Amino acid sequence: MEYIIETKDITKKFDDFTAVDSVNLKIPTNSVYGVLGPNGAGKTTLISMLCTILRPTHGSATVNGYDIVKNPKEVRASIGIVFQSRALDDILTGREHLEMHAALYGVPKDLREKRLEEVLDLIALGSKVDEFVKTYSGGMKRRLEIGRGLIHHPKVLFLDEPTLGLDPQTRESIWEYIQRLNQEEEVTVLMTTHYMEEADKLCDEVAIINQGNIITADSPSNLKRELKADTITIRVDKAEEFLERAKSLAFVKDIFEADSEIKIMVERGDYLVPEIVNFANQHNIFVNSIELEHPNLEDVFLKYTGRTIGEGGR
Amino acid sequence: MTELEGIYTIWLRENKRFVRYRSRILTSVVTPLLWLLIFGTGLGSAVRFGGVVGGYKTFIYPGIIGQTILFTAVFSGVSVIIDRQYGFLKEILVAPISRPAIVFGKALGISTTALIQGLILLLLSFVVGIQMTIEIFLQSAVVILLISLGLAGLGLLIASFTDSMEGFNLILSFIVLPIFLLSGALFPVTNLPSWLQIAVYLDPLTYGVDALRAIILKTSVLPLYLSVAIVSLFTILMVLTSAFIFSRREQELM
Repeated sequence: MEYIIETKDITKKFDDFTAVDSVNLKIPTNSVYGVLGPNGAGKTTLISMLCTILRPTHGSATVNGYDIVKNPKEVRASIGIVFQSRALDDILTGREHLEMHAALYGVPKDLREKRLEEVLDLIALGSKVDEFVKTYSGGMKRRLEIGRGLIHHPKVLFLDEPTLGLDPQTRESIWEYIQRLNQEEEVTVLMTTHYMEEADKLCDEVAIINQGNIITADSPSNLKRELKADTITIRVDKAEEFLERAKSLAFVKDIFEADSEIKIMVERGDYLVPEIVNFANQHNIFVNSIELEHPNLEDVFLKYTGRTIGEGGR
Repeated sequence: MTELEGIYTIWLRENKRFVRYRSRILTSVVTPLLWLLIFGTGLGSAVRFGGVVGGYKTFIYPGIIGQTILFTAVFSGVSVIIDRQYGFLKEILVAPISRPAIVFGKALGISTTALIQGLILLLLSFVVGIQMTIEIFLQSAVVILLISLGLAGLGLLIASFTDSMEGFNLILSFIVLPIFLLSGALFPVTNLPSWLQIAVYLDPLTYGVDALRAIILKTSVLPLYLSVAIVSLFTILMVLTSAFIFSRREQELM
């Protein structure tokens, strides 16, 4: 199978509000695929439909070759899910969570011990695994949930905001873990995130979603390359005038205002910073600050949506 | 096979939870003892009660067992709401296991915990001066298991229509307390005004308490087989209905 997940015009409406609007995605087998977008963009709704938690209003999708509406049970057997919110029972131990999950997903009894050891090796809970979950740190809980999602060897692992609310150090370790997972196991990872860095670092391919629509989808490096540009962010006293004048400069690929800053897309920005400052001075425009950035996914997002991801969806 | 294992897994979790919350076990024994010793002795001294040998305290003993089962079973069923709020229900519902299996596992788990409480109370029968025999013990266990399965089903049914624990007080006032008070746990159901009589006979727990009274005190309003038949019917109805509703409402529950 070339694509482990395919969606066709999948749509979810809640009364008048369209959370996911005719989304078409093709997710290559054994890739790490990211759905990137601000809060409220429809990421969780999309993933919930693929996990059979929500029924699409219309459109369809297949996961591991099974239709999510017609064969929900087969879909469920093919996937592992780590929800955005915690789904653990405080009064059970880590090991009990894993055993319970293995039983619910019908892992054959003779394989269970082996799988459990495998997973424990991966999530490195140490002796904590036999303690109640209520004594775990946030990162340990997350690792347990990811491990649990893997114990039945799913074809697809869904991770909904896997590092939300975790400290930077734990986040790094979860990232390493996901990378290792994708290299060592035959599993496709579909994750949602609103952290640019996370998508950039982990994903083979990224779909940018905004207000229920997929705006673009490609590998992070292609998305960035497509911008063909470094970004020069400049703050000046006469923004309007500067914007008008700078448009005519030959090296400017694109120029627009965002958050009272002016962003100029150029190639090889390193050489152009002095030129731009000189240009502003010639026209008696005072430069408050100027900054050069090589493109990142934030810029890709900005280019396609006209705002930064932190500003929220709606 | 996987279905049976799913039922077992959910049953096991329910029992682990029960055993680990030690305060729950303690209260489940202390509360009925308070009823028997304080309420039973107190009211027993105030009224002349010629119904049973041993007096009022002895009379309400089967009723208090019924009450304990009622509170445990219904509230454990309703606790699915908490599972839902903590996201744990979602984890179970996205597993490739049928919805009825989830309901059966849960209901069996709850009735097992209710049974444990009931058995402890049966062993404490000397408090009210009743001689416990193997026969009474085993027969009572069967009735306790039956009625608690039905009440667990009722609790699950309520939970599947309730979004948050804010409805908890409503459930207490409008469902659990009426079932308890109308069951005849605290008073004989003969010689009541007819409006109350009707309500009493609409209460499924009435038949459970009457059956327990028939077994433990050898005195009852209805013949034992009839009470047991009605309880069984109630239980089958409740468990099947909640299994059906869980299947139907699975999207809302997740």
